[in-house]
Amino acid sequence: MEFEPVIGLEVHVQMSTNTKCFCSCKVEFGAEPNTNVCPVCLGMPGSLPVLNKKALEYAIKASLALNCKVNELSVFARKNYFYPDLPKGYQISQYDKPLATDGYIDIKIDGKTERIRIHRLHMEEDAGKTIHKGKYSYVDLNRAGTPLMEIVSEPDIRSGLGARLYLEKLRNIMRYIGVSNADMEKGQLRCDVNISLRPKGSDKLGTKVEIKNINSFRFVQKAIEYEIERQKRILKKGEKIIQETRLFDEKTGKTFSMRSKEEAHDYRYFPDPDLIPVRITKEYIQEIKNSLPELPDEKAERYIKEYKLTEYDADVLVADKERAKYFEEAISIYSKSPKSIANWIINELLGKLNEKNIAISDSPVKPSHIAELVELIDSGDISTKIAKEVFEEVFKTSKSPKEIVEEKGLKQVSDEGEIRKIIEEILDKHPKEVEKYKAGNKKIMGFFVGQVMKATKGKANPKVVNKILNEILG
Amino acid sequence: MELWKKSLKEISELINSKEIKPSEVVEAFIRRTEEVEPKINSYITFLGEKALEDARKKDEELVKKENRGKLFGIPIAIKDNIITKDIKTTCASKILENFIPPYNATVIERLEKEDFILTGKTNLDEFAMGSSTENSAFFTTKNPWDLERVPGGSSGGSAASVSAGLVPVALGSDTGGSIRQPASFCGVVGFKPTYGRVSRYGLVAFASSLDQIGTFSRSVEDTAILMNVISGKDEKDSTSSDREVPDFTNFIGKDIKGIKIGIPKEFFPETLDKEIKEIILNSAKQLEKEGAELVEISLPTSKYSIEAYYIIAPSEASSNLARYDGVRYGYRAEDYKDLEEMYSKTRDRGFGAEVKRRIMLGTYALSSGYYDAYYLKAQKVRALIYLEFMEAFKKVDLILTPTTPDVAFKIGEKTDNPIEMYLSDIFTVSVNMAGLPAISIPAGFKNSLPVGLQLIGKPFDEGTVLQVADRFEKINNYNLKFPNL
Repeated sequence: MEFEPVIGLEVHVQMSTNTKCFCSCKVEFGAEPNTNVCPVCLGMPGSLPVLNKKALEYAIKASLALNCKVNELSVFARKNYFYPDLPKGYQISQYDKPLATDGYIDIKIDGKTERIRIHRLHMEEDAGKTIHKGKYSYVDLNRAGTPLMEIVSEPDIRSGLGARLYLEKLRNIMRYIGVSNADMEKGQLRCDVNISLRPKGSDKLGTKVEIKNINSFRFVQKAIEYEIERQKRILKKGEKIIQETRLFDEKTGKTFSMRSKEEAHDYRYFPDPDLIPVRITKEYIQEIKNSLPELPDEKAERYIKEYKLTEYDADVLVADKERAKYFEEAISIYSKSPKSIANWIINELLGKLNEKNIAISDSPVKPSHIAELVELIDSGDISTKIAKEVFEEVFKTSKSPKEIVEEKGLKQVSDEGEIRKIIEEILDKHPKEVEKYKAGNKKIMGFFVGQVMKATKGKANPKVVNKILNEILG
Repeated sequence: MELWKKSLKEISELINSKEIKPSEVVEAFIRRTEEVEPKINSYITFLGEKALEDARKKDEELVKKENRGKLFGIPIAIKDNIITKDIKTTCASKILENFIPPYNATVIERLEKEDFILTGKTNLDEFAMGSSTENSAFFTTKNPWDLERVPGGSSGGSAASVSAGLVPVALGSDTGGSIRQPASFCGVVGFKPTYGRVSRYGLVAFASSLDQIGTFSRSVEDTAILMNVISGKDEKDSTSSDREVPDFTNFIGKDIKGIKIGIPKEFFPETLDKEIKEIILNSAKQLEKEGAELVEISLPTSKYSIEAYYIIAPSEASSNLARYDGVRYGYRAEDYKDLEEMYSKTRDRGFGAEVKRRIMLGTYALSSGYYDAYYLKAQKVRALIYLEFMEAFKKVDLILTPTTPDVAFKIGEKTDNPIEMYLSDIFTVSVNMAGLPAISIPAGFKNSLPVGLQLIGKPFDEGTVLQVADRFEKINNYNLKFPNL
C-alpha cells in the first residue's frame, strides 16, 4: 500500500516591536537576565496588561500578507497552566476568536505551485526562559511578554521539502513586511510539526505525531523525512502509530519520543477579563493593506513581465528581501539590461557570497558595481571574459569596475585599424598556418583568434577580430 | 467636638484655614486608634509613625505651599488588597504575608497627588473572599457597634475603621458587596462606583470583571470628594472608562424632586426580616416626601445572581490566583522534592480554606466539558441581569433596596455554612454582575445595630446616587451617631 504524508505546521513568530505585548518593557535579545521586566510582565499582584498597538498593527500586517481574513472582533483569552517561566500562571493568547483566519501561502515544488492554506493567525505573549543547571533551575523573564504570532497551517503539506519551502516563504514574507526578523537560530521563528500518514487516496486522517523544538529549516525537512519513513515502517508491519510528542536529534537525524508522560492538558481557556475585545475597523484594515510593500509573489510576477526575467531567475531574486532590493538598486542605476544584471547576481555574485559566507547587504560588490559592469559589457568596452576578471577584482577590492578597467588597461580594443595591424603581423609570422587554412583547414581559424587574443591580452573585440580575419583570409 | 469625629470636609476646611495643622489631625486619629483599635482590630498594618512623619512634613508645606492637594493632610486607611509601594500588602493571606510591592496602585498615586496621609492597611477576608473578615489569615475584625459581631466583609477593616473614627474615610473594594455589606453592618456610607469608573491597576485581582475600588466615609459629601480624586481613565487599566468625570460634589445639597425611584419587589421577599423591611420602606417614604416618585418594578432574573456569581467570580479567581506559585515572590514552602511539590505545598499552606474552595470551584467550572454548562451559562445569566436593569432604568432613575437581608451576625455564626455566608450578599451581588454604581447608607437601627439602605444607579450616573443619598442623610443624620466604644 502506498502512503501519503499529511503535514501541518504550527509556527510561532516573534514580532520585532520595541516593547512587549502588554507592557512597555524593552524587547531585547541577550540582555542581562531579568533586567527588562516590570510588575506587569513579572505577574505581580494587581498589575494589568495593556495591549501594545504596534504589536496589533504588525499582526494585522502579517495576516494581510498571508492572505488572511482579519476579524473585526477578536478576543484575548487566558491559557491556564503552571510553569516557573510563566509568571501569571496563564498565558494571554487568543482562542475561539483569533485575530485572523483563512489565509494561504503558495510554494513552488519542481516548478509546480502548491497552495498551503493557513487555518488561523493569532496573537499571544511569549513565556520566559528556564535554564536548568545542576541542582537548580534559573528563570529569566526578559522574554516573558514578548509579542508572538501563532500561525497554524492546514494539513496541506505533503513532504519535508514542502514544509521547508513553506517556512522559507513565511520567513521571507515576515521580513518583507518588516514585522519580524524570523531568525530561527535566535528563536524568532519556532516550528512544531504535526504529521500523520494515510493510505493514498484516502481522505481520513491518520494518528498524528507532533515534533517539537526543531531549530532550523533543514532540520524540519530532515525530521519530517525521517518521521515519514518511521511511520511507514510501523504501518507496513500492521502496527499502530502512537499519538505522542517527539523530539528531533540533530546528531542522529532521528526523532525520538519525548516521554509521552505529558497528558492531555486542559488549559481552561476563557476570555481575559482584563482586556477588552479587540475591535478593528474596516478602514484600519484597509489602511494597513495600503501600506503593505510589494510581496515576493507580486515582485516575481513583475520581474517576469517588466524585465523579461525567467520564472526561475525571478524566484531566486525575490526569495530574499535584500536580494530583491540589491537587484532593484542595480537596475535603477543601469536600466537597459535587467536580464544581464539578474544573471550576474545569480550566477556570479550569490555563489561567491555564499562561499565566503557574506550577506548580500554586506557584499563588497555593490549594486552600482554590477550596473557598471554590465554597462561596460553592453557598450563593448570589455568582453564578458574580461568582465569576469573585473568582477573578481571588484569583489576583492570594492573598487569600481571602471576604475579597475582603467588601471589595468583592460579596455577592449574594437578599433579595426589597430586590430588589422595586429592580425597582419600574426599572419606574417605564421605562413604555414595560413597555407593550411587556404588549403581548406578552416578549423585553424581558432588558432589565429587565439593568437590575436594572446597578443592583446584578451582585450581585442572578438567580433572585430573574426570579421577582419575573414576579410583577409577570404 | 473631638477632631476624630469630624468629616473629611470639615478637617480639610480647618487645615486650609490654618486653624489646625496636619500633625494635630494625625495625632488626634492616632490617639483614637490607640484607644479603640485593640478592641476592633481593623488594621493589618498600622502606620502611625509614618503618618505622623508625613504630617509633620505637611505642616511645613501648609505654610510654604500654595497649591495644596484636595486631600491635603487627610488621613486615609486603605484596604490591604490595594498595592502600596514599599508598604507590605498582604491581602490578609499567608501567601503574601511579607510581600512588599515596588509599585503603587493607580488610586494610591492619585491620592498622593492630592497630598493624603496613609494611616495603614486594613483587614479583609483573604483575597477579598468573604463577608465577615473571618477568612483573614491573621485575625477577625470586630464590629464597633457590637464587639461580638462581624463588621461584614470583605472590606471589614476599612468599614470598622471609619465607623470607629480611626479615619474619616477609607478605600475598599467591592466584588459582590464587599464595600456595601460591611458599610451596612458598621453604619457608614459605602460606595461602589460603576465598573470602569475607578482604575483597578494595583487592586489585587479577585474577580477582574466584577472588582471595583470604592470608598467608605461617614458622609455622602466626603464620598463625593474622594470620588473626585480617584475616578477617571487610567492608561494602565484597559477596562477603565474614558467617560468624563463630573464634579461629584455638585450633586450634594440638591433637592430630589421628580427623581423616580424603583422598588423591586424581588428584593422584599416574604422571608425578609420584618424590621429591616419596615426600615427600608419607611426610608423610601421619606424620599417620597422629599419629592421623589416611587415606582414598583420587577427584577426577576436577579434571583439567579448569587448562583451565577459563584460560577463567574471563582472562575476568574482560579486564574487570577495562579500567579501565587512561590516562584517569584510571596510564601514558598521549604520542603519539596520537585517542582510539582513546591507548587502544591506552597499553595496548600499559603491559601486558606475559602480561597481554596473558590479556586476549586472555578477550576471545575472552566474545565473542558463543563465550560459551556457553567461559565458560559453564568455569563448569559449575567447578560440577562444587565438587560433587566437597563429595562428598569427606562422607567426609573434609581433603584432602592435593603443592602443586606439582616444586621451584622455574630462571629462564628456562619463560618460552618458557606452557602449561608454567601447569601448575606444576595442584595448586592446583582449590582456587580451588571457593573452598576451603588451606595449603602445608614438608614436606622435594629436592636441597636445599623441597617443599610442601598441605592443603585444607572451606569456612570454616580451623581444621582449621591444626590439622593445626600438628601436622605441630611433628613436623618444617622451619620452623626458613633458606636459606643
